[in-house]
Amino acid sequence: MSGDRVIRGHVGIGPRVMGQALVAADYFSARYDLDRINGVFSRPAHLLCGQSYVGRVLVLLGAKGGVATAWMLRNMAAAGKAPLALLLNTSNPIMAQGAAFADLPFMDRFETDITAAIATDDMVTVDPEAGIVVVHGR
Amino acid sequence: MRLDETEQAMLAGELGEPRRWALRQQIRVGRFFDAEDFVEIGQVHLMADAESLGEAGVEFLERLAEAPAEERRVRVPTMTDPRGIDFDAYRRLGQTERMAELERRAIAAFRAFDFLLTDTCINYQTVMPPSLGEHVAFGDTGSTIYANSVCGARSNFEGGPSALAASLTGRTPRYGFHLPEQRRATRVFVLRHRPRDLSAWGALGGVIGRRLQSYWEVPAIVGVEQAPTSDELKHFGAALASYGTVALFHMVGVTPEAPELPSVLAPGSPRADSVGAEDILAFYRSFGGAGDKLDVVVFAAPQLSLLEMRQLADLLDGRLVHPNTTVLVATSPEVKAACDRLGLTRRIERAGAIVLKGVCFYQMHAREIGEAMGWKRLMSNSAKLVNIIGGYGYTPSLATMEACIDAAVAGRVPDKAGT
Repeated sequence: MSGDRVIRGHVGIGPRVMGQALVAADYFSARYDLDRINGVFSRPAHLLCGQSYVGRVLVLLGAKGGVATAWMLRNMAAAGKAPLALLLNTSNPIMAQGAAFADLPFMDRFETDITAAIATDDMVTVDPEAGIVVVHGR
Repeated sequence: MRLDETEQAMLAGELGEPRRWALRQQIRVGRFFDAEDFVEIGQVHLMADAESLGEAGVEFLERLAEAPAEERRVRVPTMTDPRGIDFDAYRRLGQTERMAELERRAIAAFRAFDFLLTDTCINYQTVMPPSLGEHVAFGDTGSTIYANSVCGARSNFEGGPSALAASLTGRTPRYGFHLPEQRRATRVFVLRHRPRDLSAWGALGGVIGRRLQSYWEVPAIVGVEQAPTSDELKHFGAALASYGTVALFHMVGVTPEAPELPSVLAPGSPRADSVGAEDILAFYRSFGGAGDKLDVVVFAAPQLSLLEMRQLADLLDGRLVHPNTTVLVATSPEVKAACDRLGLTRRIERAGAIVLKGVCFYQMHAREIGEAMGWKRLMSNSAKLVNIIGGYGYTPSLATMEACIDAAVAGRVPDKAGT
């Protein structure tokens, strides 16, 4: 596809996927930020409050909050209420542990601020094994 | 990652499917963080409430627990974090039989693994604190930051699946705070105002946590002239971990790895900030509005120590909680037994509060409880709880324990909260 941009990051976890991005300069915790029953961001102060994250490539600054996300990602996937993939500038162990348990595509440590390099609704391919994200031209 | 003979045998499935799964999970995480090898651990603290596990997580545990006993038994002592159901109280809180059944299934699986069902997030106060330099795998942010910072143990945040894996293999990938160079302070905070009570220590943790951006930042706090109590450090650390995803702090002259500032600083010149009374007051004011009808007051997150339970009993003596307000108090099973024996439970419940054991409010399907009970306005003296609970549909306020009790008796959120 013409105009594709490749962004390099650290080698990640999970399978290669392609999907539509949902981006915010904010942080992520499944326990603190989400209504996991309805598949929307629910913490009032979150920049994505009210928006559905289901099936989206979720692009955020980093991890915040507690440890529950490590269990929750798998249950969210089983219930059809998970993001398609998760991209963070900086992870904590919990996100990596949860992604490994859920086999959810996950990457961090990019060469650039990933929340500035990708815009909401961009089509992106996430290839954790290769450590790259491709932003497809429109 | 370099694997020793035991690890190779686990990965090959020679020690059974649970340990094969566990080592594979740990290798995936270890590679992600560039760990070179594993480190053996002394104990595990495992967070696995049924709300987080969900049906998929419980089914996973049940399948793993079907393995023969010698293949599924933990290799190191493994303590459990609070559960989501207090079986003596769940019906009066609007929790359903479906929730209770999911919890029963999870507990049955835990027994098959031979976990110690401590059901507490204050294991470092009530069961056995880790020792200086001991490598552990702790799985509650509050217990991890306390173990790392106050005890000088070595742990990363080990979320449920990874804590389970660590219990089955007896080791964890050597990265993050298992490495001495990662434990040095990257930020300095000069304290200009000493917090006066537990909620203010939590607020201080929240103020600093909000200024930190990543798990890999380690704050050093200077200016604490007299050592805080264990409960003060507990509230401070729990809030710091909650707001900042921080797993380690140093308090110069207080915590064991920071006798003085230079010895704990990372190379370079870490940025220095100051924190004063105005920052703490602004933190309190960032929550909730005044004058509303108060639905529920929660003392939890972390569970209350015996000393906090006594303080609460003293404050409630001779008073009665407003009929439109519910007061919940969560503590560990060990502390609850001590409170029963010492008459504290009776004094707290005589005022109309409900004492819960082995649970913590936000791990109890708090959204569904709120909807069932019609609860929206919540007060707590826990900075950690008010951070979490907004996402569950509550409008929280932070206040001192005294102010929370006054509000519970009046049935209204007070005009002024905080210090």
